[in-house]
Amino acid sequence: MNLRTIEKSTWVYLAIAFLLFVVPFLVTGRSIQFLIIQIFVFGIFAMSYDLLLGYTGIISFGHVMFFGVGAYSTAVLFDRFEPTIFTFGLAILVSAIIAGVVSFIVGILTLRLKSHFYAMLTLALAGLFLVGAEKWRKVTGGSDGFTFGLPDMLRDSFTLYMLSALSLVLLFFGLRRMTKSPFGKVLVAIRENESRTESLGYQVLHYKVIVSVVSGVVASYSGVLYILSLRFVDTSVFATDLTIDVLLMTIIGGVGTLIGPIIGASLIEFAHHWLSDLSDVHWLFERWIILYGTIFILIVVFFPKGIVGTLADRYIRWRARRTE
Amino acid sequence: MLETKDLTIQFGGHTAVDHVTVDIAEKQLTSIIGPNGAGKTTFFNLLSGQLSPTEGEIYFRGENITSMSTTKRSRLGIGRSFQITNVFPNLTVLENVRLAVQSKRNVRYQMMAHFLHYKKFQEEAYALLEKVLLDKKADTIAANLAHGEKRKLEIAMLLALDSEILLLDEPTAGMALEEVPAIIEVIEHIKARKEQTIVLIEHKMDMIMDLSDEVLVLFHGELLAQGTPEDIIANDIVQSAYLGGMYNERLS
Ligand SMILES: Nc1ncnc2c1ncn2[C@@H]1O[C@H](COP(=O)(O)OP(=O)(O)OP(=O)(O)O)[C@@H](O)[C@H]1O
Ligand SMILES: [Mg+2]
Repeated sequence: MNLRTIEKSTWVYLAIAFLLFVVPFLVTGRSIQFLIIQIFVFGIFAMSYDLLLGYTGIISFGHVMFFGVGAYSTAVLFDRFEPTIFTFGLAILVSAIIAGVVSFIVGILTLRLKSHFYAMLTLALAGLFLVGAEKWRKVTGGSDGFTFGLPDMLRDSFTLYMLSALSLVLLFFGLRRMTKSPFGKVLVAIRENESRTESLGYQVLHYKVIVSVVSGVVASYSGVLYILSLRFVDTSVFATDLTIDVLLMTIIGGVGTLIGPIIGASLIEFAHHWLSDLSDVHWLFERWIILYGTIFILIVVFFPKGIVGTLADRYIRWRARRTE
Repeated sequence: MLETKDLTIQFGGHTAVDHVTVDIAEKQLTSIIGPNGAGKTTFFNLLSGQLSPTEGEIYFRGENITSMSTTKRSRLGIGRSFQITNVFPNLTVLENVRLAVQSKRNVRYQMMAHFLHYKKFQEEAYALLEKVLLDKKADTIAANLAHGEKRKLEIAMLLALDSEILLLDEPTAGMALEEVPAIIEVIEHIKARKEQTIVLIEHKMDMIMDLSDEVLVLFHGELLAQGTPEDIIANDIVQSAYLGGMYNERLS
């Protein structure tokens, strides 16, 4: 019954994915490629956030800590070891392990409590990571940060583009399958009605902990990619601003979908880019937060379910009217 | 098979369930009646684990389950429906029931396969919707159902769990009159199979009289009387405390 529509959307996504791999042959400018890489990176980060917020209904105010863990693990490893592909693999592994352990512990501690405990603890922990990165100067270089070398392969913006695009596409399809699995369906049930999910016999805590670990690990991977594209790390990778960015990306794009966060990431990253160009034109454009706030209010008013959610609603209504 | 000993719960100073000691018989239909606020729903909440008692114990097949979680009790075989509709509002009717089927089938942590890989669950859910006359609404979002339809969805979800004990909290409340017989028929059918134990909270006396093997009367949280429907009708205390007034009120 539903099979046909699902297949259709898969074809559409595959076509878009294919286009992503064609783009770098057409768009060769380094700075624009860099911008698109940022979109991919934050697309992954925002998808991981939406697993919590949109699918399971868990609010995190410290998601950036996983991003930062990925970023610092990678930077420090490249700084200490030979910049080889092997080090890169090790960086992915180390950040996944740290992120996994941290998210597991945070989850076990707070996810059995009311939802704001998770929000608070993640906020506090992210703050702790930030302070840690500032104080542990020997390893992190403090707030000055440090640059590091990359293997030759990863220096090239084309390769980096392809790596990020491939990561985004694979994670998108992987997470999409997860959200459509029996497990994923229970996540949505928890979001909808937690106590009812329990009385159906599901162990809600297990689901929340598992999804927070998956989300943390994916977020750490986006931090890895991010820092590869910068080749420089400082404490800003632990800044709460990034959690707010990713929250906005998810809400603007549409919670409870995976394509929504990616669209949200594109919009916000493009906005960042253009607005910083415009700051020469008028000082107002330097005042990020004003514009952000304005855009955010407009979106919430005109697209209450995010861009994807609202468009999907309209489409369904339009189809219903046509079949009447 | 489901026993309570001195089961008591207080909310602040108010005792909603007051030292109730009963033994609910296996494969029988036990009804619980009593005026509004008597503590019937609270009693169910204690049995299914939504609330924990201030005093007393609950035993299921001799095992003390007083401090067991809702999830565990559900897996053990105590399923319930809710008086205040308690479904997944933004999911389709079919998905609501499918989730219950999935739980019964023990597919809990599978994250690689597509959910439609388990086609049987979908079919089973659909069959249950047919049973409660809700199949036409399978693709409707649960929040958009009429009140009576939500009640049917509650029942379908409970049936999907196929649990040993079914706790039904006013299954027909707020349903259109012509819909009630179908639900009664579903309950009668389960009863006739003699495989499950049913505990039913109802206000419709004719339904109680027809269906029950045993009736419990709750009044101000206390177990006022217990017996066959005939005993209860004949019981003077019950008559004066509750039935007389209510019978007239409900019939008019
Ligand atoms: N969570 C709660 N906190 C405080 N008081 C409660 C709570 N739940 C129930 N009560 C009180 O306990 C009493 C019994 O309520 P309950 O819902 O069990 O009655 P009931 O027999 O199911 O009534 P009805 O026939 O109207 O459904 C009521 O006075 C109610 O206000
Ligand atoms: Mg009640």
